[in-house]
This record gives sequence, structure tokens and C-alpha cells, in this order.
Amino acid sequence: MKKILFVKKSLTTQYLISVLLVIGIAAGCFCFSAVIHYRITALLLLLSVSLSAILFDILPVLVMAILSGLILNFFFIQPIYTFHITNTEDVLLFVIYLLVALLNAFFTFKIREIESKTRDKEEKVKTIKLYDTLLNSLSHELRTPISTIISAIDTLKDNRSNLSKSNQEVLFDEIDKASIRLNRQVENLLNMSRLESGMLKPKLDWCDVNELAFGLLNKLEPQLENHVLQFEPNGQLPLFKLDAGIIEEVIRNLLANALLYTPQNSTVVLQIAYQNDSCVITISDNGPGFPESEMAFVFDKFYRIPNTKTGGIGLGLSIVKGFIEAHNGTISLLNLPNAGACFTIKIPTETSFINHIKNE
Amino acid sequence: MNKAEILVIDDESPIRKLLEITLTTHEYKVILAQNGKEGLQLAANHSPDLIVLDLGLPDKSGHDILKELRQWYTKGILILSVQNSEKDIVQALDNGANDYLSKPFRNAELLARIRSIIRRNQTENESTSIRCGKLVLDLTSRTVKLHDELLKLTTTEYSLLVLLMKNQGCVLTHQFILKEIWGVGYQTETQYLRVFIAALRKKIEVNPNQPAYIITESGVGYRFA
Repeated sequence: MKKILFVKKSLTTQYLISVLLVIGIAAGCFCFSAVIHYRITALLLLLSVSLSAILFDILPVLVMAILSGLILNFFFIQPIYTFHITNTEDVLLFVIYLLVALLNAFFTFKIREIESKTRDKEEKVKTIKLYDTLLNSLSHELRTPISTIISAIDTLKDNRSNLSKSNQEVLFDEIDKASIRLNRQVENLLNMSRLESGMLKPKLDWCDVNELAFGLLNKLEPQLENHVLQFEPNGQLPLFKLDAGIIEEVIRNLLANALLYTPQNSTVVLQIAYQNDSCVITISDNGPGFPESEMAFVFDKFYRIPNTKTGGIGLGLSIVKGFIEAHNGTISLLNLPNAGACFTIKIPTETSFINHIKNE
Repeated sequence: MNKAEILVIDDESPIRKLLEITLTTHEYKVILAQNGKEGLQLAANHSPDLIVLDLGLPDKSGHDILKELRQWYTKGILILSVQNSEKDIVQALDNGANDYLSKPFRNAELLARIRSIIRRNQTENESTSIRCGKLVLDLTSRTVKLHDELLKLTTTEYSLLVLLMKNQGCVLTHQFILKEIWGVGYQTETQYLRVFIAALRKKIEVNPNQPAYIITESGVGYRFA
């Protein structure tokens, strides 16, 4: 509501509205001057000036205050059709009217100015805070693997002869893991900047999402430690026109997230369906689900649920959302009734039930 | 046994060094070029068995070098590219590259790609049958056997399999396959390709969901392993 009221109108429109408002009220009161006392008219005009002061810039409101004062004097205060006032009480009324209208306009404007300044300041503080957390988690996420690599290589170089074979293996493994992690984070940052710059345009092509899912599962299989990953191919699925690379990245991201943040022995289920001209992908798990208070923020950039394990910069889900929106799709998060989180992706897309192709 | 000679064209010295060590360790002869001009010269002088070409070179675009090479060079070319550049990769494959790898890549993958491109070049004679694992394709009798059992393939499935097996180890782009099998004008009808690849997999793969013969290269094309 507040937003609609405060939509900034052009200055010309503001002048027009304020003048018309004054003339309208004055004309209305003038027609019914037999029943409406001119003091009531003064109050009505004052009310309209006060309301306008909340919505408009200072100049149109000042013009309005003066115009309404003059109209009040000319058409309503005895003797009418003159700017002359005979009654002392009426002189007082006129002067006080003008003063109140002008002060009203001026102070309302000042208060609004101060308010918006405070808002700007608060925004700035928020941005700086976000930037700080971002820098902190980014430098942590990038520096941890880098320092792992540097120190592992130092150890390997300096102790070539007295390092046991098994310790060497451990160091090589750590270097390996660290570089993969580093590559992942750089990829996330690149994806984010592709999204932010608006450079990301999905290359739509016919895509067998069942095949895509299987390919992904085969890739993730070796990383599964104590999780069960379930996928039942949907035989009724048509071909969808999607960017296969992007959709693969989306599903990979959500599956990896589920595997990372659900306890051991949890089951993660991937389902793909065709509903209402859309490709519907759901990824659900039987873990503890998301804290209700955090669910509104999980797709925000750089947002991480407090007290979760390290290993991310809070970009994964916001990238997923960006990728889906680039396809004009939606993503939603729900906690399932018997615990566990469920992400649902809906992408409106062209489909092809290619039964008409002759296989000869 | 004389080992194959490989020319590496890459402007990044660490990549050149690493490739040199990896490849010589696996007993390949290695020649290094640090820019396009040098690469073209060395290719002409040595006529190597395989060229590893980085697409992002400082002096000349990798695409131009590829085109110049393909005017006379008929052996294998493996492209190195960066991630998220399917467009570049497809363009390079359509200009005659045999395969690609995105940086960062694993050595095992690099060696496997190199092996299969070189193997393909060595066996590229007019043989009448192509064998891959348990799959045997006989070009004269136009039959396909899996585990010595005759497979029933439709005409299109057969042509598709011949195309893939003749280019074993190479990535074929969607457009290329569509043009070869369905003809000019069908290059965008990728849904045909999906259907026939799925049908073919059902007949030749042990588990069509974990294909061992026809590998999908997301956003690019297919490779016969």
C-alpha cells in the first residue's frame, strides 16, 4: 500500500493534481455553501493541503496552500468576490489558515526528508555488512584450499626422503580435494557474474531429461559415502526444449546440497514429471528439513543458514534460482510433513512426444 | 615400438611444462609451441601424429589456426578450451577438430583421448569390419553383432552406428550427425537424434542408462567410446 501511494509522480502532474483538488473542493463547498459553513470549507481545504504534503514535493504544496488561501478569501470570506476582509475574526481565520497550511507543507516535507536520509543510511550499513560477510566467507573459502595446496607442496618438497608413502598419499589427496574445491568456488563465482551481467542466455535444445539425470547420477555415484540417491526414470516423459548444460548444473547443485547437508544414511530422491506444459523437477530428502525461519532467505545471494558446516559461500541456491528464472521457471522450497526438504522446479517449455518419427 | 609424436600449442608455460612431463612419461615424443605462428611452422616441419591445440592463443585465434591446419593436416587434433564454452567447442569440432578437453582436466582423461585419436588414425584403412569391445560391425554384409549375436537394427539405426563407429573416439556434433544421416535441412532437428540414440542404446548397451559405447557430450554431441 505504502509503495503505491509513494510512487513518484512527475512535477507537472503534482501541480495539476493539487490545483484541481483545491478547485474541486472549493467548487463543491461553494455549491453547497447554504449548508456548509465557510469555516468547515477552510478545514476541508486545510485537510487536502495536509494530505498532499505527505505525497507531493514541497513546491506544488506551497502553491496549493497559497491558492487555497486566496480562494477561501475570495469566494467564501465575507464580503465575497473581493480580497477585502471586514471582520477581525475572519482576518484572523485567513492569516491562521495560511500559516498552518504553509507550516504543514514545510514540516511534513522536512520530516520526509529526514526519514529518507535515515533509510539511506540504514541501507548503506546493510550493504556494508553484506559486503563484509561476503569478503570474509569468500576469502575463507578461497584461502583454505590455497593454503592447503601450498603447505602440502612445501611438506612434499622439503621432506622428500623422510615422508612415509602413506603420508605422501594423504598430502596428494588433500591437494587433489583442495583444487577441486577451489575450482568449484571459482565456477560458482563465474556463474554468478554471468547471471548478474545478464550475459546468461539459455541455449534451448531438445533434451532428454531422463538421460541427463542418469548421466549426472553416474557422475555423483563415486562421491556417495553414506547416502542413498534414488531416481526412477519416467517413461512417459516427452523431450523438453531446455538448456541441458544449465539444467544439469541446477540438478547437480541441488543434489550435492542435499548430500552435503543431510545426515548420514539419508535418502535423496530425484523425480522428473510433465505437468501443465511444464517440466517439473523435484529433489526431496528425508533429512531434518530447513528451519522455518530461514526458508524465506535460502535463495538470497551469499546467505548461509547460521551454524551450518563450512564448505560454501552461499551462492549455490541463488545461482540455481537465477538459472531457473533465466528459463522463465520457478523454484520453491517446502518442508515435507514427515520431515525432510523438498525443492520443486517448474519450467514452462515446449515439448515433443516424438512418436510420429518413423524408425526405419 | 616407435612412439607417436605430439605437438602441443599453448601459450601458458605451466601447461606446456606439465603436458611435456605427462606425455614424455607415457613415452610420447613431444614438441612444444608457445603461439600460433610457431605451432603452424612446427606442424609443417614435423607433421606430428597429433596436435594438442589451445583455443585461446595470444597471436592468432585457435579457430583460425585450426582452419589453416586442416587445409593440409589430416591426423588428429585435440582442442583445449575453458569451461562453459560449448559454442567454441562446437565450432572447433565442426572445423575439423577430433575431440576436446575443458581446462581443468584430469591426466587420465587427456591420455585416454590422445590414445583413442591416435588409434583411430592408425587403423583408418579400408577395413570391412569395425570392432569395439563385444560389438562388431561388418560393412560388407551390413550386419552388427553383439556377443556374436546378430542385432536387428533399422536402416537409420545402422547408418547412425556406422557413422559413430567409423569416428570412434571422436566427438561428433549434433549438427554433423544430423547432416550426415538425415541430410541438409535437418541440422536443427535434434529431437530425431535423441530418439534414435535412445533406440540404439537399448539395443547395444548392457545398461542403456549407463552407456558404455555411445557417450553423451552435453550441449555438444556424441562420442563412440
